[in-house]
Amino acid sequence: MIRIKCPYCGERDHSEFTYGSDASIKYPALDAPESEWTQAIFFRENIRGMQKETWHHTNGCRLWLEVERSTITHEIKSVKACHPQIEKITKSKL
Amino acid sequence: MTRFNAWNVFKNGFTGQKNWDRQWRDPEPKKEYDIIVVGGGLHGLATAYYLAKNHNKKNIAVLEKGWIGGGNAGRNTTIVRSNYMMPGNHEFYEHSLKLWENLSHDLNYNVMFSQRAHVSLFHSPSARDDAARRYNIMRLHGTDGELWNLDTLKNNIPHLNYDNARFPILGAAVQKRAGNARHDSAVWGYARAADSLGVDILQNCKVTGVQRSQSNIESLETSRGTIKAKKVGFAVAGHTSVLWQMAGLGNLPIESHKLQAFVTESVKPLLDHVVVYGVGGAHFYISQSDKGSMVFGGDLDWYKSYAQRGNLPIVQDSAEAAMAIMPCLGRIRLLRHWAGVMDMSMDGSFFICKTPLSNLYLNAGWNYGGFKASPASGWYFADLIANEQPHKHVQNHNLERFEKGINIDERGAGPDPKLHG
Ligand SMILES: Cc1cc2nc3c(=O)[nH]c(=O)nc-3n(C[C@H](O)[C@H](O)[C@H](O)COP(=O)(O)OP(=O)(O)OC[C@H]3O[C@@H](n4cnc5c(N)ncnc54)[C@H](O)[C@@H]3O)c2cc1C
Ligand SMILES: [Zn+2]
Repeated sequence: MIRIKCPYCGERDHSEFTYGSDASIKYPALDAPESEWTQAIFFRENIRGMQKETWHHTNGCRLWLEVERSTITHEIKSVKACHPQIEKITKSKL
Repeated sequence: MTRFNAWNVFKNGFTGQKNWDRQWRDPEPKKEYDIIVVGGGLHGLATAYYLAKNHNKKNIAVLEKGWIGGGNAGRNTTIVRSNYMMPGNHEFYEHSLKLWENLSHDLNYNVMFSQRAHVSLFHSPSARDDAARRYNIMRLHGTDGELWNLDTLKNNIPHLNYDNARFPILGAAVQKRAGNARHDSAVWGYARAADSLGVDILQNCKVTGVQRSQSNIESLETSRGTIKAKKVGFAVAGHTSVLWQMAGLGNLPIESHKLQAFVTESVKPLLDHVVVYGVGGAHFYISQSDKGSMVFGGDLDWYKSYAQRGNLPIVQDSAEAAMAIMPCLGRIRLLRHWAGVMDMSMDGSFFICKTPLSNLYLNAGWNYGGFKASPASGWYFADLIANEQPHKHVQNHNLERFEKGINIDERGAGPDPKLHG
């Protein structure tokens, strides 16, 4: 079991989360050439080592998180919310 | 090398089985080869074999970083079937099944191919309709396939959970020519047959770098020295992206995920079919090995990984699935489980294609299903390397298909590799 430290819910089993995908993907402009869209949607670096990836805390706060994790040892280096402003938004609602 | 036949088995019985030859040589790497295949799994070994046999090529080497069959070739649940429906796929997998049917004779090695039938259960009327569509498409292309109603299923496999399953079993889609083979035997059989045609099998020979010019590969750096090559084929399954980036070629429509397999203690004969829970999905599949162990597998571990070890939630999922369809397994003990690194592609289909480099060829993207594909994969990859153009059955199994919009997505799951089976 991998343990993921959700910034909102604390350290939880990975089975509470859903793995998303590679967090380094940048989508091109809507009118970018098809070749750029093909790269963004279908092509991956598929890193063997530390990678940035997204996880959804499906059975928790339901936020999307950006996790830095080794694809060899599964060791986690950092976890933060994907949305850069989410902290501000959630705090202001409290 | 001594051929296996009744006389030799009889003769060696008198001398304590001590006079058999080595099954394959252990040569030193040459300075240069005409063709190097990287990866000593089933696909690499089969490719080398068919290059020598079908295309009369000489001076071929297979480079394997560990021991042959130490990757997915020796880790899978050994199911062989051809129930595919997309153009290209059904011809390819049917050809593969036909090669399996004669493989033991062709290789002079018993790969223990057992056509015990592949039985995919369905649990709802719409799943039955979906199965009927797929199996009708198969039949139209000359592949065998049939639907079993509940009575036929009960007659054939009496001890499934027909009484109180959460998802009641309504029947099954069946391919009778499908079944299992012994994975190690297939590896050893291809290695021995390729070696006897002159192929050098170089174990403990890890490719660590790729020397290239603008347009082609010149040589490979390996843990056993630099080796030049006129042509290079990559057949490294879960490690394709690593090699691809060594060659400076960037990204691929592939993610590496891990898949687990499970083996129990041996029991008396219990199941003489391959049973699959859920049609079209690969949610759970089980068979019994010749030694009596129950061999089963389930879903991927659901996150990207190059680790050859599995996680516990999937152990639980698979055990639950086992209990759901075969409650009689409740007290059986699990002996071992392990994982392999799968080359999951963006549409669930494979690549046998040319690459941006003129003398590099790619064989990858096998998802969960590359064991059954091994003979045809070697066959068509050898054909591509020898003739420099893809056979018509694999003409769309290339890297350009995504940009052209001709994805070959059997499951219709879209561009998320972990969702393909
Ligand atoms: C648990 C599990 C269950 C499966 N069940 C089934 C099934 O029931 N039916 C089915 O059809 N398929 C199944 N598969 C899929 C099938 O096993 C694979 O798709 C297939 O084995 C892949 O091809 P291969 O044999 O050539 O791969 P591998 O055996 O993985 O061969 C690749 C080789 O490349 C070598 N390599 C990697 N990097 C380098 C390098 N730098 N230099 C030199 N060598 C290198 C590796 O060591 C490895 O030996 C399953 C897989 C797993 C893991
Ligand atoms: Zn949370």
